[in-house]
Amino acid sequence: MKKQNDNQIRKTGLGARASRRLSNTIVYIILIAITIIWLFPFVGIVLESFKTETKMQTPYLFPKEFGFDHYVRLFKETDFLKWFINTGIMGVATALLQTIFILSMSYVLSRLRFKGRKGLMNFMLILGMFPGFLTMILIYKVFSDFGLTEGMAPLGLIIVYFASSGMGYYVSKGFFDTIPKSLDEAARVDGATRFQVFYKVIMPLSKPIVIYTILMGFMAPWGDFMMASYLIHENSAGMNVAVGMYEWLSRTNLNTYYTMFCAAGVIVAIPVVTVFLLLQKYYVEGVTGGAVKG
Amino acid sequence: MKRLSDLEYLKLNKFQAFIYNFKLFLCAIPLFFKNIGLAIVSFFKNAVLGIGGEFAEIGRTFKNGNWAVKLSFLIFGFGNLYYGQILRGILFLLFEIVFIGYMVVPSGGIYWLSKGNWFKTGSTIGTVQGKFEYDMIYDTDVWVPGDDSVKVLLYGLLTIIFIVAFVYTWRLQVKQCTICMDITAKGKKVRSGKDDMKSLLDDQFHKTLLALPLAGILAFTVLPIIYMVLIAFTSYDAAHDGYSNLFSWVGLEHFNELFDFSAGGLGATFGEILSWTLMWAFFATFTNYFLGMFVAIMINKKGIKIKKFWRTVLVMTIAIPQFVSLLYVSKLFTTSGLIGRALDQIPFIYEWRTANSFVSLWDSPVVSKILLIVINIWIGIPYIMLMATGILMNIPQDLYESSKIDGASSVQQFTKITLPYMLFVTGPYLLTSFVGNLNNFNVIYLLSGGNPIKGTAGGASVGYTDLLITWLFKMTLGSTESKYYMASLIGIMVFLVVAVLSLIIYNIIPSTKNEEDYK
Repeated sequence: MKKQNDNQIRKTGLGARASRRLSNTIVYIILIAITIIWLFPFVGIVLESFKTETKMQTPYLFPKEFGFDHYVRLFKETDFLKWFINTGIMGVATALLQTIFILSMSYVLSRLRFKGRKGLMNFMLILGMFPGFLTMILIYKVFSDFGLTEGMAPLGLIIVYFASSGMGYYVSKGFFDTIPKSLDEAARVDGATRFQVFYKVIMPLSKPIVIYTILMGFMAPWGDFMMASYLIHENSAGMNVAVGMYEWLSRTNLNTYYTMFCAAGVIVAIPVVTVFLLLQKYYVEGVTGGAVKG
Repeated sequence: MKRLSDLEYLKLNKFQAFIYNFKLFLCAIPLFFKNIGLAIVSFFKNAVLGIGGEFAEIGRTFKNGNWAVKLSFLIFGFGNLYYGQILRGILFLLFEIVFIGYMVVPSGGIYWLSKGNWFKTGSTIGTVQGKFEYDMIYDTDVWVPGDDSVKVLLYGLLTIIFIVAFVYTWRLQVKQCTICMDITAKGKKVRSGKDDMKSLLDDQFHKTLLALPLAGILAFTVLPIIYMVLIAFTSYDAAHDGYSNLFSWVGLEHFNELFDFSAGGLGATFGEILSWTLMWAFFATFTNYFLGMFVAIMINKKGIKIKKFWRTVLVMTIAIPQFVSLLYVSKLFTTSGLIGRALDQIPFIYEWRTANSFVSLWDSPVVSKILLIVINIWIGIPYIMLMATGILMNIPQDLYESSKIDGASSVQQFTKITLPYMLFVTGPYLLTSFVGNLNNFNVIYLLSGGNPIKGTAGGASVGYTDLLITWLFKMTLGSTESKYYMASLIGIMVFLVVAVLSLIIYNIIPSTKNEEDYK
């Protein structure tokens, strides 16, 4: 009797294990499929950029011959280096300035209480419902009077990127909200001014969100097409990589520049991916934390 | 409608319960609009009462104040100076001098205001039209510049903002003056300039921190948006650029044009683009949301190894600048691209393509819409996956264990535990991502460019996959007519759509208003 019971237990145990193994196998198959689909374009771009045979799209994925022809042509024949430097400068400058703005704004809204705080937040919420691009028409007019467009567009774009960045305070406010208020109160009781609380108590605890904000600021100019193309107005000297490389894939240019686009794409991806993967931990914290608190 | 008690509700079968809930929802709609109406009415009521109260207060102040207070009605900061607040007094006085100086100098505030012909339908903005005139010296016609409408409107607007600031400051310093009077009457000391500077790092620290970010927002968002809203009431386009040709106030003419549903009017195009925009935002948000959650659950499943690897693969897509991957992927689907070629090998796809004489898959309106949504899944899943992973880890594990003992299947666990929890926590995120997708310029413009082309509307070519935001973009940059007024009108429409949707969704999702709860 006892033996039979044992057997039964083993049997059901085995059954559960088998079904789990089956479901895990299915999950593995799906995950592998996902990996292939997600990596395909990146592998594609890299392989494409090493092809030496033609400048246009080819019906096969793997190069017949590996070479750096397109990379060499990229720096010799086009303005790519200039666009790359432009974007890099914009990335660094935006990252620094934007971080100051966003952190001040979110710190105030999260941890200080003053008259008009709620009103200010609602006002910015409503303001954010207008498409930001709309502001560019006036900004272009004014900036062109100051010489901040076309060739000097990177400077103008830095201003555009960081000036209104205070409106994007949501994620870092969510972070500051999670730091216990008792810390502030304890420091205040000990006679610290609000500035000292900010500088000596909260800031040392805020490393993750500071890095997250810097990361976001650095990445924004690399992907911006809309604002940039408006200020640049097709002047090659002031282009960022997105606007410059967009033209390469138009129907008329596609067959001359396709492989060069891929080579340039690889070069553009290197700094951003490096920075991103290094700081990935902070990014994940920002995304998960910010989303939960809205 | 009669509300059932909990006990009665539990007695209903599933179908009846559904009907009951549906009825509740329908009944709530009029109430919702009633509440909005009430809110608007009470807002105006409060505003009117507030202004009335303010005037009464000012009158009282003047009556009760001593001669210093009375003089400060005319001379800014006089009261502050009188009571020893030198720093504030000087700043107020300086402000007044600068304001009056700016207003009265030639080509100052009054000059710009008078040129605007504000809201007079049919009148030009700016009064002097530039023109070619014969010049003796050069013996040819030269351009004699007149007014520039863009500048007249801008400086006019700035002047109005300046006047508002002036009135506000005037009120502020009178108030401060009375406060000083009260404090001295009680025999206490007023705050000195040194105290003020100190408090900027303490009690008034928020002012220090907010000064720069708010100035940036005012100059680069608030001002341009007010300006662009005004542009919707003018005839600003490439032909009337303000410099070579003044533009004028036209009232609501463009609104009528946009909602003109007769043949040749913009109404039909606008309606089509709006409905595709909404459809796109809906599918883009929810496909990503559910599939991303699904992927997160799979990666977090017990017994799945190298979890970090699967996650990093997906996160790579976030790191690579979107325009690189999007442009590359869009070319993969053309007939000379890898995937396009592969699909051409399938006979019925090839036949369908040639029968419709499409050069690539992007030439078919339906197919390109589907492609956009599918490729957007590729873009969006990593974000949701990351977020969902964090949230899934927060769900108490004993919930799953106890439900398992009660015999729940994994599907039941998902619908009864995981999904409600996720929906509750990510409600605000769903709203922002929906709004983000309404304005998702990058994905549409870089993948399909709004094509296949349907025709021209609003002076720009319009395609089947254009969103309102890409249409707006094409009106300003991609066309020779550059109908800025129409672009600004579309911008206002985007705002209205977003505002209405946000209001509705915000009222449906579980409350997130208790922000103090997290501390």
